[in-house]
Amino acid sequence: MSENTITKALKRWIPIYTDKRYIAPIFITLILIAAELSYGILEGYPKLAAAIFASMGTELILGKLVTGKWRNLSSAYVSGISIGILIRSPMIWPYALASIITITSKYVLRYKGRHIWNPSNFGVVALLLLASNSVAVLSVQWGNNIWVMAVIWVLGFIIVWRVDRLHISAVYIISFLFFSLIRSWISGNPFLGEVAPITGPMYQLFTFFMITDPKTTVSSKWGQYVVPFAIAAVEMVLRLVFHAVYAPFYALFIVGPIAMVIEITWKDMQQKRAVKTAAT
Amino acid sequence: MKNDRVKKILLAVFFVALLSFPVIRTMWLKRKADKISKEKHSQILKRYGFYLQDVAKKVGINFTHHPPKLDPKVNNIMPIIADMGASVAVGDFNQDGYPDIYLTNSAIGTKNALYENLGNGKFKDIASQLGVAALNNQNGTSMGAVWGDYDNDGYPDLFVYKWGKSMLFHNDKGKGFTNVSKDIPLPKWMNANTAIWFDYNNDGRLDLFVGGYYKSNINLWHLKNTKIMPNSFEYAKNGGRNYLFENMGNGKFKDVTKQVGLMGHRWTLAASAADLNHNGYTDLVLANDYGVDEVFINEKGKYFKNIGPTSRIGFAPKSGMNVTFGDALNQGNLDIYISNISQPGILIQGNNLWVPQLGREQNQLTYHNLAEDLGIELGGWSWGAQFGDFNDDGHLDLYVANGYVSGKKKGGNNSYWYDYSKVAVGNHTIINDAKNWPKMNGKSLSGYERNKIWLNNGSGGFEEVGKAVGGKQVYDSRAVALADLWNTGALDIIVANQNGPVMVYKNTVAPGRHWIGFKLIGTQSNRSAIGAEATLFWNHHIQKQVVTGGNGFCSENQRRLFYGLGKNAKIDSLVINWPSGQYQVIRHPSVDQYHKITEPK
Repeated sequence: MSENTITKALKRWIPIYTDKRYIAPIFITLILIAAELSYGILEGYPKLAAAIFASMGTELILGKLVTGKWRNLSSAYVSGISIGILIRSPMIWPYALASIITITSKYVLRYKGRHIWNPSNFGVVALLLLASNSVAVLSVQWGNNIWVMAVIWVLGFIIVWRVDRLHISAVYIISFLFFSLIRSWISGNPFLGEVAPITGPMYQLFTFFMITDPKTTVSSKWGQYVVPFAIAAVEMVLRLVFHAVYAPFYALFIVGPIAMVIEITWKDMQQKRAVKTAAT
Repeated sequence: MKNDRVKKILLAVFFVALLSFPVIRTMWLKRKADKISKEKHSQILKRYGFYLQDVAKKVGINFTHHPPKLDPKVNNIMPIIADMGASVAVGDFNQDGYPDIYLTNSAIGTKNALYENLGNGKFKDIASQLGVAALNNQNGTSMGAVWGDYDNDGYPDLFVYKWGKSMLFHNDKGKGFTNVSKDIPLPKWMNANTAIWFDYNNDGRLDLFVGGYYKSNINLWHLKNTKIMPNSFEYAKNGGRNYLFENMGNGKFKDVTKQVGLMGHRWTLAASAADLNHNGYTDLVLANDYGVDEVFINEKGKYFKNIGPTSRIGFAPKSGMNVTFGDALNQGNLDIYISNISQPGILIQGNNLWVPQLGREQNQLTYHNLAEDLGIELGGWSWGAQFGDFNDDGHLDLYVANGYVSGKKKGGNNSYWYDYSKVAVGNHTIINDAKNWPKMNGKSLSGYERNKIWLNNGSGGFEEVGKAVGGKQVYDSRAVALADLWNTGALDIIVANQNGPVMVYKNTVAPGRHWIGFKLIGTQSNRSAIGAEATLFWNHHIQKQVVTGGNGFCSENQRRLFYGLGKNAKIDSLVINWPSGQYQVIRHPSVDQYHKITEPK
């Protein structure tokens, strides 16, 4: 069998070879399975199921109602599974609610036809702010074992490289490390203590899935360097001033839409200028 | 176009409704709780069937716990390390029929207390007089105590476990105590935070399990370095060693830990024992901080096999603080309640109620966590917990102690949670060294939390009633023990608070509700009947209870078994399964009294 035949067969049977939209769902599913089997990060499947079904169901219904089309569900699946992993609550309703809010936000919070908040980020932050008595965010570690963490990081980097988002994750990580140093210097706390959070799964999901989301990241290359740096900078402020445990989520919640609005407006203005120039 | 606008408006309304739901729900729940908390005692009695009043000082119990002051090398997080030692052990040391109370203190130079129940409603501290007060010195300070009649002479002896050299005292027929620590091969130093008495090999003699927390070679008053913390928040195995001491019957004990497979090095905070798989031998459940809990199945008194992961109790790592048994659903089962940590918006581990699955087979014991379904999952930074029927309605209620460190500063930016959450996710080299932990500087960590009193409604749900019935203290509570202190047919609650006063909650139950109590006396089994299971059948109800020699976090309830029965109670029978293997059936015992039942010879 020639190499060409093998590639053709892979393309035919494995969606990842033909459609990049399936890379994230497959990767996040693998992380979930590995984490559950080895560390039991889920306390029960009903909560995960509630998050996934609510997310996909909302996408189907709103997609049909608003656009008149049946939407591809891979993005909703990733959102649902992210909520299922990230949210922690003894009740089921927060999982479903966070998923529904996540998907609905895509259809409601739009600027010039584009949604500007990262949906999962919006869902998680909304629940943290509005239902803090009932929810928290993922707190488990990969056994605090550096080798497991290393494997996840390497796999994550391969995936974001595959979807051409490596630079976004890399800038964020480098910025986080830089700002950890500054935080340590300002607060007088040990540097290792300030760096510690980025070694956890919450940050891994954040770095690989949230800040790299194609729909809610700016399209220009320079913007993709500036925005993760800005997120890390705002995160530092939130940590130092407000002692926010979930500072990265809040930082993306603030920086993400601002960046999107600026870029959309800038492009719109350029387009209008171009039209005007062409007309004259 | 118009159609599009309508769609957009409807979508926006839907979105606002979604965002409003959690806010409205929280407001509604708060309003409901506030309304009930303003009710008078008579209304509360009518609504819930009981109320609590702190009577500690009134009855002569004036005891304040003082935490240890450890090596200044760990001053940055001293409140986190010197965080335990407030304990309560109920035992009738003089066998006069009234439960007495032993309380521990933890600063060098402070005294423990033995409050004798005088039977007239008052208590008197006679620890100094009987030689069990001045135990906190350079050889370590007290973390807890358990009563157990190891020589079967009818008087419970006292084991005091310490960060240091633990001590065993023989009870000289209620007149005094003799230090017999030389008869038990205790290590020169261990940082023990739990101990229980149980007869692991059914030879009729009580054996002693002692669980370690910090590593045994660490003297927290004189540290060699600051690498004393767990090496993982989830799978730490650098804790203290556990011990099982077998009672040889001649007043001596033998260390059989390795032989029976209990050589753990997890951070054990609580142990409880009961025959979970009905093979006639008492099994052991350990709640471990920074890791998974363990369920050790006793294989005929020869060996213990950990089935934690397969039973699901020991699968997901949490912060196990407490183990207690109770038939929460009146199904004739011993459910297991393990407390953990929950901080709204930051960390929600949730407490667990492990209910055995139906259709189980021996050695294939599996459990389901029903804490969430029953509404008893969110405690706080939870420590001790006890099941008991507070309103005598025939269903076991639950008291959970909460609160970790109440610093000088309360919440917001004065909470240490932010700092704690940073370190907690770091890898082992970061966590392990106390010097990497940010300074506490008087901050609180889950401080000023209220204890929870969950009332069992008998139909698969619990309601939190602490604010309404009393007992709404905000000290950093640790240990909880239940006892009918005045033999009135109501379970009173004793709460030991870290760095705070002990609280004694006298329970007043609504009239017309019945109860029954049993004091079991072993003959072939150990005399304290520890390990005996008693199942009561009445009015189409069934409830199983077990006699324990220490239960919960650093606590011990009264040895007598107490059952609330509700109104118009008619008892069919009590079935006792003695550790010796004997079954005994007591038909139609009278209600509203205690019965003394001796094991047939």
